[in-house]
Amino acid sequence: MVRILVPVKRVIDYAVKIRVTGGKVETANVKHSMNPFDEIAVEEAIRLKEKKVAKEVIALTIGPMKSQETLRTALALGADKAVHIEVPENQEVQPLQIAKLLKAYTEKTKPDLVFLGKQAIDDDSNQTGQMLAGLLKWPQATFASKLEVGGDKITVTREIDGGLETLESKIPAVMTVDLRLNTPRFATLPNIMKAKKKPIEKIAAKDLGVDITPTLETVSVSEPPARVGGGKVASVDEVSTLNLS
Amino acid sequence: MSTFKKITEADITHFKSILNDSVITSDLELYNNDWMNKYKGNSSVVLRPKTTEQVSQVMKYCFKENIAVVPQGGNTGLVGGSVPVNDEVILSTQLMNNIRDFDHVSGILNADAGCILETLDNWLQERGYIMPLDLGAKGSCHIGGNVATNAGGIRLLRYGSLHGTVLSLEVVLPDGTIMQLGKPLRKDNTGYDLKQLFIGSEGTLGIITGVSILTPPKPQSVTVALFGLDSYEKVLEAFKASKKNLGEIMSAFEFFDQPSLDLVKKHLGLRDPFEGQSPFYCLIETQGMNKEHDDQKIEKLIENLMENEIVSDGVLAMDQSQQTHFWKIREGIPEACAKEGGMYKYDLSVPVSQLYEVVLNMRQHLREKGLYHPEKEAPITNVVGFGHVGDGNLHLNILSTGRTKELEEAIEPYVYELTRSYEGSISAEHGLGLMKAPYLEYSKDIEFINYMKMIKKVFDPKGILNPYKYLPQ
Repeated sequence: MVRILVPVKRVIDYAVKIRVTGGKVETANVKHSMNPFDEIAVEEAIRLKEKKVAKEVIALTIGPMKSQETLRTALALGADKAVHIEVPENQEVQPLQIAKLLKAYTEKTKPDLVFLGKQAIDDDSNQTGQMLAGLLKWPQATFASKLEVGGDKITVTREIDGGLETLESKIPAVMTVDLRLNTPRFATLPNIMKAKKKPIEKIAAKDLGVDITPTLETVSVSEPPARVGGGKVASVDEVSTLNLS
Repeated sequence: MSTFKKITEADITHFKSILNDSVITSDLELYNNDWMNKYKGNSSVVLRPKTTEQVSQVMKYCFKENIAVVPQGGNTGLVGGSVPVNDEVILSTQLMNNIRDFDHVSGILNADAGCILETLDNWLQERGYIMPLDLGAKGSCHIGGNVATNAGGIRLLRYGSLHGTVLSLEVVLPDGTIMQLGKPLRKDNTGYDLKQLFIGSEGTLGIITGVSILTPPKPQSVTVALFGLDSYEKVLEAFKASKKNLGEIMSAFEFFDQPSLDLVKKHLGLRDPFEGQSPFYCLIETQGMNKEHDDQKIEKLIENLMENEIVSDGVLAMDQSQQTHFWKIREGIPEACAKEGGMYKYDLSVPVSQLYEVVLNMRQHLREKGLYHPEKEAPITNVVGFGHVGDGNLHLNILSTGRTKELEEAIEPYVYELTRSYEGSISAEHGLGLMKAPYLEYSKDIEFINYMKMIKKVFDPKGILNPYKYLPQ
């Protein structure tokens, strides 16, 4: 049976209206939740555990103290244990640095599979899973919409522009998940109660020997231009007199 | 039958001159028919004033000419109070939708009566506040209509009723007089509080044109949970535990029964968050300013509910879309019921501990009449109960394949007699309108009703405002 590592990210809840003030996205007092694609990754790992294909699901997050909320969600969904790689408050950690941290942790603890959401809904980078596989020199199957695990292989169906592509890969491997892979379960009361007894291991980022200094600089952030209102005209003829540029 | 003047072309011309042509005389179905398509009026003219001054001039004219008027907001009322009975003129607040001002320190909002509740709520949320009431019709109902019907809703448990949150009203009396009832002040003990008469008066004393209301700060942390319970007694225990563990952060406590959930799944296709089934469900919401503090309280409550076996199942929303989903289940029940065919809706207040007895009693009564059977085909397909259990407010929906005289006679006045036996209210929050006016005696005694009639005569001596409704004829 395999051991599955699922990195999860705490992001602004996808139902919240994003506001930009002073060139920064407002995050104070804004509702945060687990990245929706990460929820799907956690769900898939737990289903494998229920099918007795996986023996352990480990949720991991990289962030300040508040990120632990997301670990608690993962535990409430059914993960066995959680790992918090703590970084200072307001410290930006970019995909490459995340991938390096995950590489360090993976080499230390040797999980068989790493499941990630295909992208985070705040930066939409869609890079971490791919870079992690590259750093580990592991095979990668991205945008998974179907997964089968058997023996020492995984069979993944991916959604690509032209349709569906099916890949087979040896284990260990990295997989990033897409929307249609599954519908995550709700967090039930018995599982929420069980989650309280599950361990959360804390690791400082520097203990993994990784420099988390950002290597990309954000030059500017702004909201999309405001929608200009439409108008009504009295007749079709009038339309041709309008300047619609 | 009507003692009022029949509208003439001259009247319409006069209205047009007052209202700058903001008068509609064709395609009036949306105004004449109520939301449930149960009550249909026959008006030939809809007036749409933009200012209080225009409303005043319209009423001055109608008073002089003895023209009956039905004030109408969002037309989402559930007792036929917002549409004409015959051909009364409809006066719509649709175009009176300016937000007048807002005090950022006190949270006092001053708005035109025709502002849509959801619009006000969104506007306030951008400023760190929310409206103190919330109901299913929020996308269509007007604040003036909410005040006229003393709307309750899902947050009454936390923020109280409009009788407490409304600070002042601007009204136009049937003779056209514009009156300020109170001031936008939190405290004002200077005489009879006339605005309280108008709150819940359902457009029979005057037309509300402006509302000043106290709004609470926007909560920083919201939690929604759904629980499955084995009995109504357990629902009551869950309510007590919630009050004890959540205290001031509890913002809603709603319940519904298994048949309600089945209907929602059947007609609205909403995903069932539970794996198993329970005879009862409750939805609990918390609103607070500090997530850690709220999470601790919720954890304590969950421990309590599970250790004492008060709930048998439960789910906690993990993100905002799950919260919306859980509320959709509860708020979708009326719509799901309506899709079954014929529906008889009742909105009753009885002591909380005895609330579900009403549902059981009605089922038994209809069964004895041979009109309902849980396993066999019968004219009545279902009797469901749900509602604001925290407020002692039951929504009882009796569903049938179609509405017939026989069914109506089997249900009414029995359901009102039953309510009276509990010393309850035949209309917890929906009001009287046309539907319940004839049954007022089941909740108020004759003396009281006579005083109501005297007060009506004081404000509306000619009886031109929303006639045939509210008071028994």
